[in-house]
Amino acid sequence: MSNLFVWKNFVEALPFLLTGVKVTITITILAVVIGIILGTLLGLAKLSNTKIFRLVATVYIDIVRGTPLLVQIFIVYLIFPPLFGFNSSDFYRYVAAVLAMGLNSGAYVAEIVRAGIQAIDKGQMEAARSLGMSHAKAMRYIILPQAFKQILPPLGNEFIILLKDSSLASTISVQEMFKNGQDIYNRNWAVVEVLIGVAIIYFIMTFTFSRILAIVERRLKTSD
Amino acid sequence: MINVQDLKKNFGSLQVLKGITTHIDEGEVVVVIGPSGSGKSTFLRCLNKLEDATSGEIVIDGILLDKSEAHINQIRAEVGMVFQRFNLFPHMKVIENITLAPIKVRQKSHDIARKEGMELLKKVGLSDKAEAYPGQLSGGQQQRVAIARALAMHPKIMLFDEPTSALDPELVGEVLDVMKKLAEEGMTMVVVTHEMGFAREVGDRVIFMDDGRICEENIPDEIFTNPYNERTKAFLGKIL
Repeated sequence: MSNLFVWKNFVEALPFLLTGVKVTITITILAVVIGIILGTLLGLAKLSNTKIFRLVATVYIDIVRGTPLLVQIFIVYLIFPPLFGFNSSDFYRYVAAVLAMGLNSGAYVAEIVRAGIQAIDKGQMEAARSLGMSHAKAMRYIILPQAFKQILPPLGNEFIILLKDSSLASTISVQEMFKNGQDIYNRNWAVVEVLIGVAIIYFIMTFTFSRILAIVERRLKTSD
Repeated sequence: MINVQDLKKNFGSLQVLKGITTHIDEGEVVVVIGPSGSGKSTFLRCLNKLEDATSGEIVIDGILLDKSEAHINQIRAEVGMVFQRFNLFPHMKVIENITLAPIKVRQKSHDIARKEGMELLKKVGLSDKAEAYPGQLSGGQQQRVAIARALAMHPKIMLFDEPTSALDPELVGEVLDVMKKLAEEGMTMVVVTHEMGFAREVGDRVIFMDDGRICEENIPDEIFTNPYNERTKAFLGKIL
C-alpha cells in the first residue's frame, strides 16, 4: 500500500500538471465558442422553413452525434494538415483539437438551441411580427434573448463535458493537462499519484464552473 | 379601408373559412361575434397575414396582401393587433415593450419613441408602470400595455382578438374603456369578442359568423333586437 501511493510523487506532480491547465481551458473555451456559433446556425437551420437547410443541419447533427469524439479528433487531425499544407507541428495539433471539438460541440449545441427556441411561446413571434418586425428582427430582439435563459443551463453542461473531453486531445499529442500527466508517469512510473492529481484538478475546474453557473442562473431567474 | 373578397382558409382538409366577403370603412368599428370554431379569429388573423389565406383577396389601405414580404411587413406596421393572451415581451420593461417596434421598424430615435410611449401609457392610465416588467402587472394592465404597444406604431387599423377573454371579470371593464376611447377617436377597429354590451354600445356594425361564413351583418340594434338568420337567433338566444 505504501508503494501504491507515494505522497511525495503526488505533490511533485502537481506543478507540472497545473502548467497544462491553461491549455485545457483555452482549448475548451475556443471549442465552445466555435460550438456556440455553429450550433446557433445549425439550430436555426433546423427550425428553418427552407427544406435544404433543415436537411443539412439534420444530417450534420446525426453524423457528429453518432460517431465518437475520439475518432473525430483523429480524422480532423489526419485530414486537415495535408489539406492546408501544414506540417504536423505543435500549433497544428492544437488547432486540430480545437476544430474537432468545436465541430463536435456544434451538433450538441444545435439541439440545445433548437429546444430553447421551441420552448418560447408562439405568441411572442406573432406579437413581434404583428408589429411589423421581420423574422430576423423578431428572432434577434424577442426570441433569442428569451431562449438564452432556457439555453444557459444545458450550455453550461456542454462546457463541462467538453472540458473533460479535452483530455482526448492528448491522443494527438496536444500538451494539455492529461498529456502532461502521461509525460510525468512515463518518466517516474507514479501512475496512480499522477492520475489522482489529474482527476482532482479536473474536478476542481468543473465544480467551480458549475457553482458559478448556478449563481448566474439564479440571477437570471430573479430578473423574471 | 379593408376589402375582403371570397376569403377561404383551409387547415389541412378542414375548411375554416368558406368564402368571406366584406368591406370595412375608415373609422368604422366592426364587432365580429359567433360561436367558438366559427372562424372569427382565423378571419382576423388573415387580415395581417398571421395566417396565410388559401384563396381570396385582401386589400388593406390600397395594398394587396400577397406573398411579398415587404408588403406584409408594411401592412403589419399599419395594422395593430391585440391578442387574447397579451403576448407582451416578458424580458423587457413596459416602456421597452412599447418603444421597441417604433425604434427598430420605424427607425425612430430613443428619445422620441420614449416620449410617445409615455404619452400612450398615460392614455391607457399606466404612466406609473413604465419601468415595471409585464410579470408584475395584472392581466387588465398587461392588456392595456399591449394596446399601447400596438398604438405606438400609429396604425390605421386595430385588430382585437378576444382581448378580454383571458381576463378576470373585474378587469374586463378597464380594457373595454380604453377600446371605447379609441373608437371615439375614430380608429378603424375590428373586434372579435364575446362582450355583447361592448358590441352594442361601441360597434357600428356587427358581423355574426358561423361555420366559416358570415351569416348576418347589421347595425347592432337590428342584429340584437331583430335578427333574421336562424343561427343568429339561436346564438343570441343562448348568450343574451
